[in-house]
Amino acid sequence: MGVGTAVGLSGFAFGVTSAGSGLTLLQTCVLSLLVFTGASQFALVGALAAGGSPFTAAAGAFFLGVRNAFYGLRLSQLLALPRAVRPFAAQWVIDETAAVSLAQPTRRSARIGFLVTGLSLYVLWNLTTLLGALGAEAIGDTGAWGLDAAGPAVFLALLAPMLRTGTERMVAGLAVLLGLGLLPVLPAGVPVLVAALAAPAVLWAQGRRRGTPHDGVPHDGVSREDR
Amino acid sequence: MNIWIAIGVTVLGCYAVKLAGLLVPAGVLERPLVRRLAALLPVALLAALTAQQTFADGQTLVLDARGVGLAAAAVALMLRAPFLVVVGAAVVVTAGVRALGG
Repeated sequence: MGVGTAVGLSGFAFGVTSAGSGLTLLQTCVLSLLVFTGASQFALVGALAAGGSPFTAAAGAFFLGVRNAFYGLRLSQLLALPRAVRPFAAQWVIDETAAVSLAQPTRRSARIGFLVTGLSLYVLWNLTTLLGALGAEAIGDTGAWGLDAAGPAVFLALLAPMLRTGTERMVAGLAVLLGLGLLPVLPAGVPVLVAALAAPAVLWAQGRRRGTPHDGVPHDGVSREDR
Repeated sequence: MNIWIAIGVTVLGCYAVKLAGLLVPAGVLERPLVRRLAALLPVALLAALTAQQTFADGQTLVLDARGVGLAAAAVALMLRAPFLVVVGAAVVVTAGVRALGG
């Protein structure tokens, strides 16, 4: 239930943000229908609104989508789907379906959880995107209503739970410095991609400090249970 | 047209990584370094995007009502408010500051 409400509202926020960024109703809805991974969609319209080239904007969205590959990896073992079904199931491999499926005790309930969560979120996300985009077109100037603050607030809400350790905070801090510091001097869209380098940079610096670049990486418990 | 190109590339790229996860044999993406990097890349991207969408106007840095709105969202997050309240706080506070001429 909580997941549904959160997704419903962020779908609405996406529709509003996307329309406010200058995308048409059709473009906004195509994104939710065919991309269907929220953070990437927000990143794309944010970068386009800032005047980024289509390829730098898409690259930022792509990197945010990479985490779905890791969900897919876990889910393929858990759900053991037939190969013919996988191309269709792939579109639903997102944060929420992975979280629900991985929390189930049996394969059967994991499959049901994946199906129910995927279907309900897909329908809800696309409906609220449509409503948000229509609403934004109806009220005209989204800035006057403060709706341009919805995008960054969504990012912050997604980011906050990830900032658990000093490493994550260091990466976030460095990324903010790079993203803002380079903004005036580099073409639009590029600073965000350079800021992504904060992740390997911090890992590299930590590896050097420990003197053991690979052994020092903490295990998160996921790989252990797979063996 | 540019927007459609960006949409097309994003659609293909995002679907490809989802499918890759389901098809790739376990082990390739299980290397600890790759896992750590994949966990940290979204952190860097989200942090940079949050900052830019709050403090950038085109290619200039500005501090306006959005900054106040984001601060309100941060406070709501620290109070463990639900997602809906966090985004709502940012929107309402930003609109309020603008209405007051901020």
